[in-house]
Parts: sequence; C-alpha cells; structure tokens
Amino acid sequence: MVFGSLFNKIKAGLSKTRSALGQSLWRLVTVGRKIDDAFLDELEETLILSDLGVAATRRILDDLRTKYRDRTIENQDEIINFLKNDLRASLGAETRQLNLAPKAPTVILIVGVNGVGKTTSIAKLAALLKSEGHSVLLAACDTFRAAATDQLAIWSERAGVDLVRHTPGGDPGAVAYDAVDAALARGIDVLIVDTAGRLHTQTHLMRELDKIVRVIKKKIPDAPHEVLLVLDATTGQNAIAQAQLFGQAVPLTGLFLAKLDGTAKGGIVIAIKQQVNVPVKFIGTGEKMDDVAPFDAESFVDALFSKD
Amino acid sequence: MFESLTQKLNEAVRQLSGRGRISEGNVKDALREVRTALLEADVNLKVVRDFIETVQQKAIGLKVLSSLQPGQVMIKVIHDELVAMMGPVSHDIPVAPAGPTVIMLAGLQGSGKTTTCGKLARYLKEKGRNPMMVAADLQRPAAVRQLQVLGEQLNIPVYAEESKDPVRVARGSISFAQMQGCDTILLDTAGRLHIDDELMTELEKVAKAVSPQQIYLVCDAMTGQDAVNSAREFNERLALDGVILTKLDGDARGGAALSVKAVTGKPIKFIGVGEKLDRLEEFYPERMAGRILGMGDVVSLVEKAQASVEAADAAKMQERLARAEFTFDDFLKQIEQVRKMGPLKEIMAMIPGLGSAMKDLPLDDHEMDVTRAMIESMTAGERNRPETIDASRRRRIARGSGTQPQDVAGLVKSFDQIQGMVKQMSSAGAFGKDKAAAMKAMQGIDLFGHGAPKKRMRSTRKRKDRKRRSR
Repeated sequence: MVFGSLFNKIKAGLSKTRSALGQSLWRLVTVGRKIDDAFLDELEETLILSDLGVAATRRILDDLRTKYRDRTIENQDEIINFLKNDLRASLGAETRQLNLAPKAPTVILIVGVNGVGKTTSIAKLAALLKSEGHSVLLAACDTFRAAATDQLAIWSERAGVDLVRHTPGGDPGAVAYDAVDAALARGIDVLIVDTAGRLHTQTHLMRELDKIVRVIKKKIPDAPHEVLLVLDATTGQNAIAQAQLFGQAVPLTGLFLAKLDGTAKGGIVIAIKQQVNVPVKFIGTGEKMDDVAPFDAESFVDALFSKD
Repeated sequence: MFESLTQKLNEAVRQLSGRGRISEGNVKDALREVRTALLEADVNLKVVRDFIETVQQKAIGLKVLSSLQPGQVMIKVIHDELVAMMGPVSHDIPVAPAGPTVIMLAGLQGSGKTTTCGKLARYLKEKGRNPMMVAADLQRPAAVRQLQVLGEQLNIPVYAEESKDPVRVARGSISFAQMQGCDTILLDTAGRLHIDDELMTELEKVAKAVSPQQIYLVCDAMTGQDAVNSAREFNERLALDGVILTKLDGDARGGAALSVKAVTGKPIKFIGVGEKLDRLEEFYPERMAGRILGMGDVVSLVEKAQASVEAADAAKMQERLARAEFTFDDFLKQIEQVRKMGPLKEIMAMIPGLGSAMKDLPLDDHEMDVTRAMIESMTAGERNRPETIDASRRRRIARGSGTQPQDVAGLVKSFDQIQGMVKQMSSAGAFGKDKAAAMKAMQGIDLFGHGAPKKRMRSTRKRKDRKRRSR
C-alpha cells in the first residue's frame, strides 16, 4: 500500500476529528500568547474531549509545563511539535505488522464487547488479507447472538472467502475446532475466528474465550498468532478496563480501532497503550469493506494535527 | 477506584476548613476531585464544568453538622444535584388515541437497537400490550433475520418485507399491525453515524411517514466524550422523546447518561442490563447518580433484597441461626436467595466500597451454580452432618456435580467456617456484641473454596479410625 493513500484514508476518516482537535489546537497556539494557566486549561479541554483520559492528559500537561520552565519550548509553534512527538512516543514504535505464522495457517482470534463492530472488522480484515494474496477462512464462533452467523455468512460471500459454521446455540469451541481442521485440510493461509460479543466483566464468558484458545492450541500449539481486541472509537474510559480484562483472559496482541469515521477521536488508544501496553494494529474508517487501514502512528498523529 | 471519593473529599475539605462551614476556599480542592471523578466516568467536559459551578454555588455557605463530616455533606450536595440533573423520569409510554402506537428506535451502529427492540417488546407485552416489531434496519447484513429470531423467541410478530426502502417498510407495517390486531409497533432502524447526512435524512423521512408517538435514542453506556455530539444531532433531527441506555451490566460508570440528558433535555427511560431479553429495567436517577460517583447502588440493593427474600423465610432463618443450627440446606437456601436477586456481579457492584474491591474476584454466578450442584449431590444426611463426608463420599459428590473431590473438600471446609461463625454469632446474642469478631471471621471465609488446600485433605473417617485405634 502506498503511503500517500494510507495517509489520505486516515485523514478522510478523521476529517471530523481534525476539525475538533487539530483546528482548535492550531487556533489555540496561533493566538500568540504565553503558556499560561488559561492556555493549559484550553489545551486540557482539547485533550480530554478526545477521550485521552484524565491521567494521560495530566501527564502531557506536566511534561509541557516542565519543558516550558526549562526553556526547551519557547514559542507556540514548538508546542505543536512537542505534542506530536509526545503522542507519537506514547503510541510506541513497535511493529504493527500482523504476526504471520512461519507455517500456515495463521490463526487470528477476534474478541470484543457487544456492538463494537467485530463482524464488520473481520470482513474488512479478510478482504485486506485476500487482496494481499492470502487464502482466508472464517470461523463463526458467535453462536449466541441471534443471526450473528448469518451476518458473517453474508460478509464472507461479499469478501469471497469460505466460512465454517454450526447451527446457532452450538458450542463455540467445537466451531473453532472444526475450523482449524478445515484450515489445515484446505491448506488455508489465514484463519480468522469471530467470537460472540461479551462484556469483559462476565467471568464465565471470559473463560469461554480461554477455552476457544485451548481448543485451537490442540491442533496448532503456537496459535492463535494474533488476538485482536476490537474497540469502538467512541468508547470512553471504559476501553481501558476492556483491554485490561480481555488481556487477562487471552493474550492480546493488538487492537482494531473500529468506527473511526465518526466524530470520536479514538484518543483512548493512547491511554490504553500507556496503561495496558497493547498496540493498535488496524483502524476501521467506514462501512465499506475496503474502509480499513493498518495503523500508522505517524499518519495518525499527523492527521490529528493537520491544518486543513 | 472510586469508593475513595468520599474519603478524598473528606480530606480535601478537612485540610482547609477545620471549621464547620464550607467556603469558597476550602471547596476548591474538593471540587477538583469531583471533576476528575466525573471525567473518569466519561461525563462530557462541558457538562462537568456546568455541574461543578452549580455544585459550588449550592455548597458554599452550607453549615456542616457536627455529626457529619464535610465530605459527606459535599457528597450529598453532589449526589442530589446529579439526581436533579438526570431526573425527573417517567416510565410511561404514551398511547396513540387511535390506531397503533408507534415507537421508533434510533442510534449509532452497535449501540444495541435490535436487542433493545426485543427487550422493549417483551416489556410491553408483559404490561398487557400487543406489540409488533418492524425490521426497518435494511443496512446491516442479517439484521432482519436477527429481529425475526428474537420475535420467534418472544412469540411476538415481526414485520419484514423485501425492500431497500425503510420508509416503505415502516408505512407497510402500520396496515399490517391493524390487520394483526397489534396495538404497538416497535420500529428497529439501521444504525448510523450522526454526521452521515444522507442516512440522517432517511431517518427523518421514516419518522415523517409514520409519525411515531415516541422516538427513543439507544445509547451505549460506555460512550466517551462524543456522546453529546451524537445525542445532540439525533435530537435536533428527530425531536427525541427519551433515551435508552444500554450495556450497563458492565463496569462502565455511565457518565454518558448525564451528558446525554444534559444536551438533549430528554429523559432516560430505560436501561439495558444484560444480553438476555428480560434484562431491561426502568431508569432511576438516584441509582445512576450513585453509579457515576462509584458509590454503589444501595437503594437498588435494598429493594432487590426485599423483593427476593420472603419475610417468613427470613424469620425462620433467623431462628435457626439463633439456635446455631445451620446446615447445607440452609446454605443452599441462602445461595438461592442471592441468586434470585440477579446476577452476582450486579449485586456486588451495588454494595458501596465492595464494588470495586470485589471486582477482581472470580466470583460469579457459575461458581454459585457449581456450589449448588455440589450441595444438591449430597444426601440429606450429609447436608445435615457434613462431618460424615469422607473421601469416598467426596468422590461421589464430585462425580454427581461434575467437580473435583478437592472442590468438595474446599466447600466443606468453607462451610465449616461459616458454621463456626454462626455459632459465634448466636453465642454473642443474635448478632449483638461480638459483631466485630464475627465480621472478622467472615472475611477469612473462602465461600467457593478457591483457596482449597492443594494437598488432599485427610478423610474424617481415617481420623476417627485413628482415634479409635489409639483408644
């Protein structure tokens, strides 16, 4: 994927975000005043409103205050650069590539609370991987919600990938087992496992996830190679608890930040990176199947601060 | 995280006051803590600002009674103000004077409209209405099918037609409802972004075509700062009549409730508290205020306890406790009573202070069910005299309940402790003087045998045998 198109995609997805965060920041700094309390208050407001959270916002403000006192930052223009660097650093520099197994199939487990957009995200991921030349198989392990399997079936048809499904109400572990079998037998490159939405506070449902992982491991000991938590970009501080508790149940390897095309800023991913240390790997920027992009901290931050 | 707000407030106010009056000076730090608590609960920043200002005005000059701490007085002011802001609510759903009453549900993607539609239909049916659901979500794959499945489960008719036009579907549903003799129509619409002009216009058209008596916004309780923007837009386009807040069964503090109420001015009618179709509750601002502040929901807890524990049962139990008779059967009864109150986590969350402390314990309804299975696998004799449960009986009970013998051993051990505690309590005069000691004993109890000894417990029979031998 060309970098330019990626940047544009994020920018387009974040168009509303920019108008909220980017513009107000530029307005803030071009007034040409000192870094005083009023300035810091306005900056705090801007950051809090992007769901960065109280703790992360405070840390950034403290950093800024120190830098100003040390005379590292003197004029307004430097503030934007400072904030950009700060946010980029907060997002970490680790690899955001999908961890593909040395020996196919790679198993990707998708988890998340209800209504964050797991099924749609899976369809996007499947289409993306297929466009890169991988053969993809889906496993419909959401056997709980009414018509969830049907929903995934429609997406699998649209994406042109196969699906392993059982009758509704069945055991998700059994579906996973069959799907791994099928992936091995058909020589599939990537198996994506959909799971039912569950609130992270429901211990028994979290244990069910663990069971799915164990079932997969029976056939492929080093799987799942990726466990992606799908987050709704409009979610507030509760996303931290989601990442923490899902992380306790299954070994999370990344986040899929869905619904970034709203007015939400997804600032929560910065708080999550800081507190739970799970990197964002993908973003969903629309309802269409190709509205997906690998996450890139540089573009993300640039898009946030873009002036136009 | 929060049960400390009262504490923090106490400290903040005390440090500066020393005197029994809340002043502008000493209230500042306290309000800072409140601000943080509200922001952490995802209340919108602008709403927080207005709120803090109101509270400040109300609090300054308040005299603190000597029997109270300033923090408690502050909490009361804050709590009352939250309640005032989120209320008043009415759970009535107005009925159309003629023809079927139409209720329309709208909201962002994934907020829980379809599930809420099913829950609301069930609620109305229980209230004696004859509802019908309309599948007007023609966007999301299989959304129509999802509603049909819910309709089958609830035995409530679902209207769907092969069409791409939700306006047409909505219109068609009215004559169908009249034919079917349904008096209430629930319109499930597609989820959409509030900035998607085309889809928002479509929603307006649907509303215009069937002029609903009520339009509800379905809103995810976990939404962050952006909740105000979407709620405002939906309200401007549709003139909402109320809000239904979903996914409150998680640990989200639900600050969105306050934000949405503040920007729309429309009452929150119902809350969704679980995936099952009967998990819809009427909204009470008092309870929500406690939750946003993280203080636990004492009102609900007391109500639930009263509703599920029958007075006669309770009296009998008291009597038995007083005589220090407490068997596995009593234990089972207690479990069932707790079970009747609702999911355990929910109850835990309502207890002030306990909520967050217990959050990490692997206590859940499943564990309770396992405990019940173990007790139910015991014979009547074993339930009355747990000391007779030896290794072979443990194995049998474990087989019967699908557990391990260690689990049974753990349960018996825990029960033993409870029994000891009951004896202690009754000897202290019906929960009287020695309450502290009893409470202390209670804290050490591991109700579900998590801390069951790793090594195998010796069977009581062997011990008895040994005793006999030594005699």
